[in-house]
Amino acid sequence: MAAHGAAPHKMIFYEAFGLEPALAIDPEELKSRFYERSRQWHPDKFSRASVAEQQKALEMTAVLNDAFRTLRDPVSRAEYFLKEKGFELSKEAPPELLEEVFELNMALEEMKEGDESARPQLIEARDRFIAMRDSIDAALAEAGARYDDEHGLKSVPPLDEIRGMLNRRRYIRNLIRDVEHVLPN
Amino acid sequence: MSFQIDFGNEKSPIVGIDLGTTNSLVAVMELTGPRILSGIVPSVVSVTETGEVIAGADAREMLLTHPERTVYSVKRLMGRGVEDIQEELKLFPFHIAEGSESTIKLKLGEKTFTPPEVSAHILRKLKLDAEAELGVQITQAVITVPAYFNDAQRQATKDAGRIAGLEVLRLVNEPTAAALAYGLDKRKEGLVAVYDFGGGTFDISILRLHDGIFEVLATNGDTHLGGDDIDNLMLRIALEDIASEWGFDVSTKSDAVQLLRRAVISAKEQLSFVPSATIDLAYDGKTYQREITRELFDKLVAPVVERTLGPCRDCIKDAKVSVGEINEVVMVGGSTRIPLVRGAVEALFRKRPHTELNPDEVVALGAAVQAGILSGDVEDKLLLDVTPLSLGIETMGGLVSKLIHRNSTIPASATEQFTTAVDGQRNVLIHVVQGERELVKDCRSLARFDLKDIAPMPAGFARIEVRFLIDANGILSVTARDQRSGKEQSVEIKPSYGLTDEQVEAMILESFDKAEEDFSERQLREARVEADAILAATEKAKQNDAYFELTDEERAAIERGVNELLVVYHVSGTRDAHLLVRAKIDQLNEATQTLAENMMNTAVRGALKGTNVNG
Repeated sequence: MAAHGAAPHKMIFYEAFGLEPALAIDPEELKSRFYERSRQWHPDKFSRASVAEQQKALEMTAVLNDAFRTLRDPVSRAEYFLKEKGFELSKEAPPELLEEVFELNMALEEMKEGDESARPQLIEARDRFIAMRDSIDAALAEAGARYDDEHGLKSVPPLDEIRGMLNRRRYIRNLIRDVEHVLPN
Repeated sequence: MSFQIDFGNEKSPIVGIDLGTTNSLVAVMELTGPRILSGIVPSVVSVTETGEVIAGADAREMLLTHPERTVYSVKRLMGRGVEDIQEELKLFPFHIAEGSESTIKLKLGEKTFTPPEVSAHILRKLKLDAEAELGVQITQAVITVPAYFNDAQRQATKDAGRIAGLEVLRLVNEPTAAALAYGLDKRKEGLVAVYDFGGGTFDISILRLHDGIFEVLATNGDTHLGGDDIDNLMLRIALEDIASEWGFDVSTKSDAVQLLRRAVISAKEQLSFVPSATIDLAYDGKTYQREITRELFDKLVAPVVERTLGPCRDCIKDAKVSVGEINEVVMVGGSTRIPLVRGAVEALFRKRPHTELNPDEVVALGAAVQAGILSGDVEDKLLLDVTPLSLGIETMGGLVSKLIHRNSTIPASATEQFTTAVDGQRNVLIHVVQGERELVKDCRSLARFDLKDIAPMPAGFARIEVRFLIDANGILSVTARDQRSGKEQSVEIKPSYGLTDEQVEAMILESFDKAEEDFSERQLREARVEADAILAATEKAKQNDAYFELTDEERAAIERGVNELLVVYHVSGTRDAHLLVRAKIDQLNEATQTLAENMMNTAVRGALKGTNVNG
């Protein structure tokens, strides 16, 4: 899919909250808008209305709920924002992690075959990946705020940077999941 | 003279129904709060030898005399296929009829019923009870379902309502309903866990209460775990005992098994309050007695209780909260009376659970509150519930691609693009499943959606946007749009389990007219009873002196009133016959008003005179 370019683009998930698209959102503000709009649009409020009004309430609430789910989490919010801006995320392994991933997979295989000696290595790897993920999250928040402030001036470089972070984060998240799958608790 | 209380525009109320595995209840929202109508209705349906279908307490008695014509715990079969229930068949005396491939059919005497039809008879009984108590026709209801019910089970429950002549305005999850009943106090804030362990199902839900909003954060459970399972464990022990004591196996004698089952349930219920109870059976001239101590009972029940704890831990994790953050724990369902259950819940959540409200009634009360929310009578509350299971579609290699994750607030939706794989392809089949596993074969098949009449074009060129929408009842609908033409794409739904819309319609036609008839017939009967009373009173008053003090005109009006009432008395066959009778009763009432007042004055004068004489 091609990038949408410079034309102003509406993002329905932000619209559902009456918000301007931005990478950083105040979570309390989002939550209070969510409750306020739920009270206004929830199908429960329209059970004696016409079929057309009921349908509209159902649609409005479904989008509001979908939007809340996406926007309240900074990572899924950034992914949505980038996708709407025409940036696709990749599923490729970040090159700097390749060697580490190779070793990790070896250890995972050993563990699956019942070789307990791989356990300490896996625990160490998991903790390292969790630390990496947390530092990406912090960097992501920082870059998001920077983008929101400056995007009128030079929008492309920070979004590219953010896409890199998201790719890396997604990959690390999957690694953590794989390790936790083999290492319960 | 009479006073009539005017309730304003008399909308017929929306009732709240707890359609339980073992028992069912109906409640209504009143100014003072939710109220249970009539009593508990056992979820048992039976067909008498004359072919009459009965539900409730009478049907439960039939379980002992005519077990082969009677069914209980039918909720376990809702929305399921025959291959799903092989385990249940070993433990429950369900009589499966021939031809039950896609939909289960139960044989009761000479008739066959699908599970939604059986449930409809229970609902019909609740509807009639509510109508008798409220004196108005009930057409709309909120029905509760286990939170962990899947799409097919929900659909089957909704079908049951339609067959019973009820418009089901909302399906509410049972633990959520319980939270509504407990959290009526608007000031209540914080995290609440609801542990709902009933006759056949187990649910755990964690909610955040905030300013009248009841937001479900996560839910988990097991739709085939409940008090029934405890009964079956005890039953098995007793049956083995009896086989060795009596030297023959009674497990094939369904009347003996039902008697024993009742004895087991009675012992189980007593064990919640006393340290030891006895299972007593007298059958065919023989007797059996077995003492069960609390200690033995606990040992027996422990694995069942343990099975509820895993879902609790998962639910806490999914809600992204810690045990310490949970402010209150609410107990729902009859099985939470068992001390071992209470102990296990208290240990897990590290706080004493709430048991103030009757655990058998709290779900129905909550359903009535939700009915009040829908009618607009309860304005400050709002329920935000979630879907218990992830929704996905089958992709290459039998894998599942998840579209809507479990614990998403509903209504929820997802959009997916589809195209063709072959030149000129006219159909695309989408297989929708529900569940958490990665392989299609490990998930629950919901339905196949056939995108039909796609304009022929080269492979990969079609652009069909499919929208999956889960409504506030947790039920899925699918719509599709051809993005090239912008036109609505036709979708044919083939549900994997349960009834098609046509089948439900046919069942409604069979029963709905009857329900209407039932109601107006009863109304007419009641009106006639009243007519009898006023006719008799008028006849008697004509002997009174006061009658002769009336003017000719007044006497003529009374005669006219009596005659006209007699004329409409025997009118029947129209739905509104009772209204005619009532109108004429009112007319006669008015005509006799002066007479009644005069008689009253005479009586008072007589009484005063009497006082003077005596005084």
